[in-house]
Amino acid sequence: MKSLNSLMFIGFLSLIMCMNAFAQDNVKQVIPAASIKNIKGEKVNSATITNDGKPILLNFWATWCKPCIQELSNLSSLYDDWKEATGVKIVAVSVDDVRNSAKVAPFVNGKRWEYEVYLDENGDLKRAMNVNNVPHAFLIDGNGKVVWQHNSYAPGDEEKLYEVIKQVAAGQEVTGH
Amino acid sequence: MRTFLPALLAFFSVITLTAQNQNDGVIGGNFQVDVQSYTPDSLIGAQNVPEKVRSNAFLNLNYTKGNFSAGIRYESYLKEILGFSPNWGGKEGNAGIGYRYARYTNDDIDVTIGNFYEQFGNGMILRTYEERGLGLDNALDGVRAKLTMIKGLQITGVFGKQRSFFTVGPGIVRGIDGELLLEDFLKNFGDNLSILPEGWRLRFGGGVVSKYEQDLDPTLNLPENVLAYNTRMTFQAGGFALDAEYASKINDPKTTNANTYNPGRALYINGSYSAPGLGINISLKSLDNMDYRSSRRSQLTDLVLNYLPAVTKQYTYRLLTLYPYATQPNGEIGVQADVLYTFPKGSFIGGKYGTSININYSRVHSIDSTRNLTDSTAIEGNLYTTKFMSFGKKLFFDDFNVEIQKKWSKDFKSNFGFMRQYYLKELIELLPGTGAIRSDVITSEFIYSLTATQTIRFEIQHMAVEHRKVDDEGNDKDAIKDANGKTISPKLDNNNGSWVYALAEYTIAPQWFISLFNEYNYGNEDPNRRLNYLSGNIIYVKDALRLTLGYGRVRGGILCVGGVCRPVPASNGFSLSVSSTF
Repeated sequence: MKSLNSLMFIGFLSLIMCMNAFAQDNVKQVIPAASIKNIKGEKVNSATITNDGKPILLNFWATWCKPCIQELSNLSSLYDDWKEATGVKIVAVSVDDVRNSAKVAPFVNGKRWEYEVYLDENGDLKRAMNVNNVPHAFLIDGNGKVVWQHNSYAPGDEEKLYEVIKQVAAGQEVTGH
Repeated sequence: MRTFLPALLAFFSVITLTAQNQNDGVIGGNFQVDVQSYTPDSLIGAQNVPEKVRSNAFLNLNYTKGNFSAGIRYESYLKEILGFSPNWGGKEGNAGIGYRYARYTNDDIDVTIGNFYEQFGNGMILRTYEERGLGLDNALDGVRAKLTMIKGLQITGVFGKQRSFFTVGPGIVRGIDGELLLEDFLKNFGDNLSILPEGWRLRFGGGVVSKYEQDLDPTLNLPENVLAYNTRMTFQAGGFALDAEYASKINDPKTTNANTYNPGRALYINGSYSAPGLGINISLKSLDNMDYRSSRRSQLTDLVLNYLPAVTKQYTYRLLTLYPYATQPNGEIGVQADVLYTFPKGSFIGGKYGTSININYSRVHSIDSTRNLTDSTAIEGNLYTTKFMSFGKKLFFDDFNVEIQKKWSKDFKSNFGFMRQYYLKELIELLPGTGAIRSDVITSEFIYSLTATQTIRFEIQHMAVEHRKVDDEGNDKDAIKDANGKTISPKLDNNNGSWVYALAEYTIAPQWFISLFNEYNYGNEDPNRRLNYLSGNIIYVKDALRLTLGYGRVRGGILCVGGVCRPVPASNGFSLSVSSTF
């Protein structure tokens, strides 16, 4: 099995080199392509999520994750001000599997959250973005580049987060992280 | 193994070379290393571990360039941390590439070769997935194609063999699934074509999965191709949604269903309604003989092809996770209702900062079935007949929970909860004679912000436990005690009786988490086992990097400290965990 693995691995290397030869120039891609669902349960390609050149805060969470809910609840009361000042869009990606995914829409509504919410029932986007544990937040700049990320949540994290969002919205380098 | 290192070097040189190119792709990944030391602790039942220190680790590397992507995951179990299947580390420990894939995707097609994770509908006939923290990975290894060239219609086809630790199982899995979004599909024939009122959505789906495995049994005539299919429908209008799925499987005699030739079937219905501030969710699930695997001989979580989640609430408070329900794939029927309401800010109950209340009720029973006496001597036959959608006499699980969250001021927040539960331990944990557990749990949590970035959090929980005897018919009876008041029946294991739990956590955002918690099994019937499980953690976070150092006695369950949730096995000793995303 091990030598087979290594052989496969070398095979993949050749494939990657081929890809380099054939792939076209990079299209500006905001979020990697993965099959996720919108809040209605309809399949969408995550690469289509955009915010007209303004920053996106992509936040991975779950209905069973207390710190995640604490974070999204705290951000919820700040969201209107942040949106107005920086144009940031918060996209909340639930990693709940089918045990809880049907509860996500009533949950988000019941909490009066106003985020764009997606369901990643089988972890496709979670894997594509290399997320280990939730909560995990990514800040994506207007060019589709991940400029900042943070794993876990402690009350008060939003102070630092807002500083970074302001820098990104103003087109500055992210400093001091 | 000898060829692995050069290959890795080659991989990185390719990356380095391409990284200098302007049109380079993107490389990303993540890793996690868990190290645990083990001190023998016969009191809590911590095993004597000859290696003293064990470690699990993995590293994912993904490369993306335009429409192409490829990746690998290297995993090591040296040896596996307790709580993971011993098959991971084997006798001497194991390490290798457990996952590798290459993928091409554009607007019309998405093709993957190598390992992939896929789910058809609600997963009742096919779901391959990974849960690294639990040691679950049943990825398919083969080829998958998704076609989306017709608007509103998506077709997925798979061919593969299923991963079983560091090898693959004997079965071959084939599957095809289609999903049709009615309104979008009609737009193919005319822009204004619509048969539903504005805002209504209707979706249909269906899938077929077949598993091939040779019949080498000398006595039984076993089906070599086992077919399963599902049909599903979703309807949406305004805040209302209804989702229904029916799945069926042909006869599939094997170890886990006592070689019955009964067909399998499952029905799942979920209805929800929501409006700002209100969320209601009601679900019903009925299962009969739906254990579906790519090998007849596999057991436990190995080579499982489908996913049958429990229709019960998933808890995170520590004592609420002590007795979690597990789906009974051979037969159960369950209902669940969940209501969440957030009082508007400024209202009497809502106060200045808002109050929310969540009520959940779930109940799971056996299905109503009768053993077929006439067939009991036959080698190949249906062992029982069922009335599919009717509740059987035996109660498996019953759970009522209320949680109230209130923010009192800018700096102070509290959560209170109550749960009453019935848990048929002898069935759920496969421990005959251990009866049932009836428990009442009270949880409380207080969060107080000292400054803008410093917070302290306290949790106090209490669980009152009563052990019940259950007779063959499933009737719940009082426990039988001897003259000294010691329980004779049901059988009690080491952790029994009531518990109390306390936690204190201090956080300095965004970097430090320091926590100390204790679980005390004060109600244990054996005075020598009235133990404290004291444990502490220090966590340091910088961006995506997380470093955790812990020490103490840890009881098994889902642990949520330091802003992250992770399942942790029972142990006594030091633990170290490092993870990051790059």
